[in-house]
Amino acid sequence: METAQDTIQQNEAKAETSKTLFKGTGSQVLLNGLIEEGVTTIFGYPGGAIMPIYDALYDYADKLEHILVRHEQGGIHAAQGFARASGEVGVVFATSGPGATNLVTGLADAQIDSTPLVCITGQVFAHLLGTDAFQETDVINITTPVTKWNYQVTDAKEIQEVLAKAFYIAKSGRPGPVLIDITKNAQLQLEEFPEYVKCNHIRSYRPKPKVRVEYIEQAAELINSAKKPFVLFGQGVILGNAEEEFKAFIEKTGIPAAWTIMGEGAIPTSHPLNVGMLGMHGNYGPNVLTNECDVLIAIGMRFDDRVTGRLDKYAKQAKVVHLDIDPAEIDKNVKAEVGVWGDCKETLPLLTNLVNDNKHEDWLAKFRKYNQEEIDQVITPELYPTGDEMTMGEVLRNINEICGGDAVIVTDVGQHQMVACRYAKFNNTRSNITSGGLGTMGFGLPAAIGAKYGAPDKTVIAIIGDGGFQMTPQELGTIMQFGAAVKILILNNRFLGMVRQWQQLFHDKRYSFVNITSPDFVALAKSYYIEASKVDERANLRQALETMINHEGSYLLEVMVGRENNVFPMVPQGMSVSEIRLK
Amino acid sequence: MSTEDKIKYTEDTVDLEGKQEYTITVYAENRIGLLNRIAIIFSKRKINIESLNSSASEIEGIHRFNIVIHEGYEVVRKLARQIEKQIEVLKVYFNTNEEIIWQELALYKVSTDEIAEKVTVERLLRQYGASAVVIRKDYTVFAVTGHREETDALVKALEPYELIEFVRSARVAIIKDSAGFHEKLKEFEAFEPGEELIENEFLEKGGKIFTM
Repeated sequence: METAQDTIQQNEAKAETSKTLFKGTGSQVLLNGLIEEGVTTIFGYPGGAIMPIYDALYDYADKLEHILVRHEQGGIHAAQGFARASGEVGVVFATSGPGATNLVTGLADAQIDSTPLVCITGQVFAHLLGTDAFQETDVINITTPVTKWNYQVTDAKEIQEVLAKAFYIAKSGRPGPVLIDITKNAQLQLEEFPEYVKCNHIRSYRPKPKVRVEYIEQAAELINSAKKPFVLFGQGVILGNAEEEFKAFIEKTGIPAAWTIMGEGAIPTSHPLNVGMLGMHGNYGPNVLTNECDVLIAIGMRFDDRVTGRLDKYAKQAKVVHLDIDPAEIDKNVKAEVGVWGDCKETLPLLTNLVNDNKHEDWLAKFRKYNQEEIDQVITPELYPTGDEMTMGEVLRNINEICGGDAVIVTDVGQHQMVACRYAKFNNTRSNITSGGLGTMGFGLPAAIGAKYGAPDKTVIAIIGDGGFQMTPQELGTIMQFGAAVKILILNNRFLGMVRQWQQLFHDKRYSFVNITSPDFVALAKSYYIEASKVDERANLRQALETMINHEGSYLLEVMVGRENNVFPMVPQGMSVSEIRLK
Repeated sequence: MSTEDKIKYTEDTVDLEGKQEYTITVYAENRIGLLNRIAIIFSKRKINIESLNSSASEIEGIHRFNIVIHEGYEVVRKLARQIEKQIEVLKVYFNTNEEIIWQELALYKVSTDEIAEKVTVERLLRQYGASAVVIRKDYTVFAVTGHREETDALVKALEPYELIEFVRSARVAIIKDSAGFHEKLKEFEAFEPGEELIENEFLEKGGKIFTM
């Protein structure tokens, strides 16, 4: 029975920093820390240098679910999918050497797409560092350019503080991947550890600034004076959990808003002010009218070259207002008249307060006019083709009709990705998961597995090309073993379609090594005990898609689509956004 | 300070491409690996570091890097932001040569016989502001502290007399307009950022935080 006196004594003891609450190994204290940080799911693959952590994990099976992937790249993409779908930090375990180097593609992807991850890699014993020991690689230096922060732990006493910092850094400010490399001796080291304390301040790191009203006033003044204002939004709106604040802003000002593929879904596809997609394969109106608007308001986006096309002919007539949490992005590619440095969750409501109620009917009508032209020339033929061959667009139209915009769509990279981003309907945020900045083929399947763990109640559809699927098909084994109910839709055109499209349009149709053959995907899936089927006729498409989506577990559907279909519109590389081609 | 003010075109320092010497001052935590993290920001963009110095700063535990590059204003500003973005970096300043007091140290080893015969040590000391650090029977080591032209001038002067070894240090620089980092650090250590911290080039209020 605890007495009041006991409690006081306990409190006093707690106040002393030397108070130890847990005696155990570095590995155990690491796993305890993960639980403190709210981690429930880990994607990983064991190996020699991380064995003590896996040994400890054996006793944590009731608290930490570990998904054994089939390759560390699959593990990190799964963690990315998890983070993107859930908004939580994705966690990955890998061993030293090849285990750690296999993470590099995923780290680069997460870095450029601002995905919060904490990766734990095992490392050889501290006394062996620099001796070219078995499975030793210089993971810290290899991963420095592709991590927001990384740190090598050689003493178990560092683990708690480093882990707490890692989570804080990964998810605060502009999120990103963090890697902690832990030597085997630190994993084994027996110590007495204090209570785990979460990190909420690092003196050399400001995740976000205090918002200065001067910015907001200047931005509001420009926006209020605009006749043809145009909003571009990116993933910053989603990462900042500012979807509602964003909607309130555009609804009050009546400004048409277009998205980067990373920002897609922050407002529903059907929103009347959502005018579509920006960039190389974006919509006609948003691209052309970028070069006609008078004030361009960029929110949580970074003017990637795939969005801007030729920079010296990009929105030169417009005054640019740029809202971003990362000051290095403001003025990086496009010079801003007003840079609003801050978290858009805070800056948008302040801005909404100062802007006038408005409607821009004439201006919106222009977007509609261009949209009609695109519907007639591009969208209708793509969604309702009259030829024998199936199009990727009609597959997407059917998915929209079946799921009504509530599915999480995970894509790989290439033509199918552009088609999916262009035509998929989204009612909800965090529903479009794609490799945006890095363009990582092989991302789709493992990311979809992670997304299913991040959004278990949603239908998760992985749309993947025949090329990209063959980069990470081993993750079918992960599905087989752990049962993630992912719907895998392979759009097979028997080509590396996007490269083929460029070779057709810009390299005189010299089809150099884009003719890719495929295994029997249905048989492959079935060999992993995953239900599968294949469609090569339009007549069977709808039924096949319904079967896939309504199937209880995972399902693979291969759809044979037209071999040489192209994705249009297109802004050819090096051209201005207003030179967008419809065919 | 506006961009236009900031770029002070003087014929002898700015080349035709608008490039000139900039000294970047980085206040950072003293942490293994941070130098690499900073260095790759330059190498990623294929920019050569002309000189790099890493030392203590006016505050215990805070490290100060001086990095000299030859680039245009826009490029340097973007680099500075990328460096400042690194977790363990507190603050980055970048300045033209007119905005800083800077020095480099050079050491020259020459044969004592040569020098005693052919040129008077006294003249060297006077003319080039050199000091003799070591005088031995076999060799003498001179030191010169100054700008690049000054240390180069003595190399030239000693060339006829068998310059055995020569080495020059990285540049160290003090920013004329800086009040040091003490006050800033308090802001950084405070839990909530104060307005002072957010120096704001976006507001074009600009640069000078300290004037003599």
